[in-house]
Amino acid sequence: MEVTIKQFKRCDLVKATGRIDSNTAPKLAEAFDGITKADRFRIVFDVSGVDFISSAGLRVLINVQKTCKRWNRGELVLASVPQRIHETLDLAGFVPLFKFADEPLEAVGSF
Amino acid sequence: METSQTLTFPGRYDSLAVISEFVTSAAEAANLDEHGIYAVQMAVDEACCNIIEHAYGGEGRGDVECSCRVNDEGLTVTLRDRGRPFDPSGVPEPDLQADLEDRDVGGLGLYFMRKLMDEVRFEFMPGAGNALTMVKRKEAGS
Repeated sequence: MEVTIKQFKRCDLVKATGRIDSNTAPKLAEAFDGITKADRFRIVFDVSGVDFISSAGLRVLINVQKTCKRWNRGELVLASVPQRIHETLDLAGFVPLFKFADEPLEAVGSF
Repeated sequence: METSQTLTFPGRYDSLAVISEFVTSAAEAANLDEHGIYAVQMAVDEACCNIIEHAYGGEGRGDVECSCRVNDEGLTVTLRDRGRPFDPSGVPEPDLQADLEDRDVGGLGLYFMRKLMDEVRFEFMPGAGNALTMVKRKEAGS
């Protein structure tokens, strides 16, 4: 699983590709931690390259969202979510907890 | 016609990708559709994580034996470990309506397994560990 981060003026864009499972989730968590520890809490997560996510991955997302939304200082937006991943989020009851965008740059622009 | 294959993997998270490849081939051989294949991938991943975390109490403490049986009905996956007995009734159902602050992923793995697979059976055999059997049937008409 590869993670890239692009910093914009008002937010950060994180992109992950491959499997997000118990083996790779710590790497993803580390990427998000780097951003929030720098006091940046507006994040777009480009999910288009993710072909699998387990509950370990969902745990990372929910923790990032909790951190970002605290004191209304920001949020994590999920962009370009593949259908299969969206179904998993739905099964987990996670859809109401996130804002979704069709395109990552659209989400970046909305911050 | 029925075929069966069994492989043993180290109980480590870096085994998850190769276990997934193994069950995916079996799911394809069973003629499961895309949905079915993904369901098997998810359920098996969650089950293996539970084995590593809960049956063994951590990585590198035991192996996971995975058997895939393909027949006209579909695919049956059996996962065996030599860890602590696992009692699924001890796992609370996840609260899918909780607010963000109260939301947790505990119990989600088991929940996914039960929602995505047609059958989920746990057995504990004293002295021989746990056996978890999951069945995914082909869609009617495939």
